[in-house]
Amino acid sequence: MSADVAIIGVGLHPFGRFGDTTAIEMGAIATRRALADAGVEWRSVQFAFAGSYEVDNPDAVVALLGLTGIPFTDVYNGCATAASALTLAAQTIRLGEYDLGVAIGMDKHVAGAFSADPRLYACPSWYGEQGHFLTTKFFGMKINKYMHDHGISRATLAKVAAKNYRNGSLNPNAFRRKPLSEEEILASPVLNHPLTQYMFCSPDEGAAAVVLCRAEHARRYTDTPVYLRATTVRTRRLGAFEVHSPWLPIEEAPGPTVDAARAAYEMAGIGPDDVDVAQLQDTDAGAEVIHLAENGFCADGEQERMVADGAFEIGGALPVNTDGGLIANGEPIGASGLRQVHEIVLQLRGQAGDRQVPGSPMVGYTQLYGAPGTAGVSILSR
Amino acid sequence: MTRVPIAPGVFTWPSDDPQLIGSRCAACGIVTFPSQASCPRCAATDMTEHLLPRRGRLWAWTTQEFPPPSPPYAGPRGADFVPFAVGYVALAGEVKVEARLAGTDPDGLVPGMEMELVLVPFRIDEDGNEVVTFAFHPSSDEAP
Repeated sequence: MSADVAIIGVGLHPFGRFGDTTAIEMGAIATRRALADAGVEWRSVQFAFAGSYEVDNPDAVVALLGLTGIPFTDVYNGCATAASALTLAAQTIRLGEYDLGVAIGMDKHVAGAFSADPRLYACPSWYGEQGHFLTTKFFGMKINKYMHDHGISRATLAKVAAKNYRNGSLNPNAFRRKPLSEEEILASPVLNHPLTQYMFCSPDEGAAAVVLCRAEHARRYTDTPVYLRATTVRTRRLGAFEVHSPWLPIEEAPGPTVDAARAAYEMAGIGPDDVDVAQLQDTDAGAEVIHLAENGFCADGEQERMVADGAFEIGGALPVNTDGGLIANGEPIGASGLRQVHEIVLQLRGQAGDRQVPGSPMVGYTQLYGAPGTAGVSILSR
Repeated sequence: MTRVPIAPGVFTWPSDDPQLIGSRCAACGIVTFPSQASCPRCAATDMTEHLLPRRGRLWAWTTQEFPPPSPPYAGPRGADFVPFAVGYVALAGEVKVEARLAGTDPDGLVPGMEMELVLVPFRIDEDGNEVVTFAFHPSSDEAP
């Protein structure tokens, strides 16, 4: 795919807990920062997409940014909400309809595991009544099986979580900025075997925004455009091992991340060996381990040795979750994927400060995954 | 105390030899649980009720160590909450069903082990009835 869309500005409202500050206010702050980064005025923006779980109409952010009358579409797509907003914004430019737009994500969740009415997920009520309608339980089951099938140890899960807390300690925008040792992570309460409390991310609050334009216009705005080579969203196929499934067929199929990744690599004409830095969905440390293989960065089981060798550390062969990932940043669902894009853009520009990946990375990668079996991937390059 | 099922149509009730109630697609043969009106594989709408095998092998499992958010969870909470194991059991090549795992502590759970359907007490409802649900526990003898 030719590089027809460029990212010229990124902005973030820090992730964490912010008292009475509303999600809409955080979205406006992130958008202003992205516009300032791009050197663009809000009145020049021709269209917008915004994603949120908690906010019905995130386009209400125009009350704070300016009522300019632009087409502004709200999207919600579970944990892949931000990927969907980004994909739709990029496609709007590719279609030739507009030249300059923004994708915004914002959320403000109460503490604790996500909950909903199971019937809204095509699950029976009794499934929730008896305590099975729970994402953390799925992630525990998936990694427990994966560890058994592919020889991954609990020590590896602790190392992955410790890496992300360590990276978060280098990120002024992160929710959790205190490094935790592998011993502390393993000693925290088990929530869903084999996963402990400190191996999980938490729902929290935050916002992120990205300014996109037609690639050939990018240098009008910036000397350091980052090109969006591919964005894809895929949902589960029959046989994928997915969250909120009262049953599964005997036949097995790869998860939607595998499908989204393959499509993105094909679209970009870029392979996993070309990726220099990646942000992967680490809902828990086990999810990062599984997603390393699902996105093509290693074979199943190789994570055990590669994690021990530090391959995914800043300075390793493939730095992963350099900003601390979901484990250190938490997950405001609507914003999480644009936080990943924000980090990749900083890394590719060489602006990531204490957590900058050495060697002037050229290609970055982001992946989201969540209920009820939805994945989003993007590939970016200088 | 009167015993009542967690919901109608989930398992045969009353029964000395309970079975889960699923459905089978007349067009492609896929088996679902619970029963549903259309096929998730071929989209046909000709589904018939199908009683599931009572035995199968453990495919994946974890534990639930904290009370799930309520609602939707309706079971014992606070000091009354007892952590439980949960997993998928592959029933004789037909379908994998997610269920509580009973009759063993997690150390006794091994992928591939033979499991058998049982009904277990779940909670006491507002009318004082004992609500029962389905679970799997290790088979008392080898599979036939």
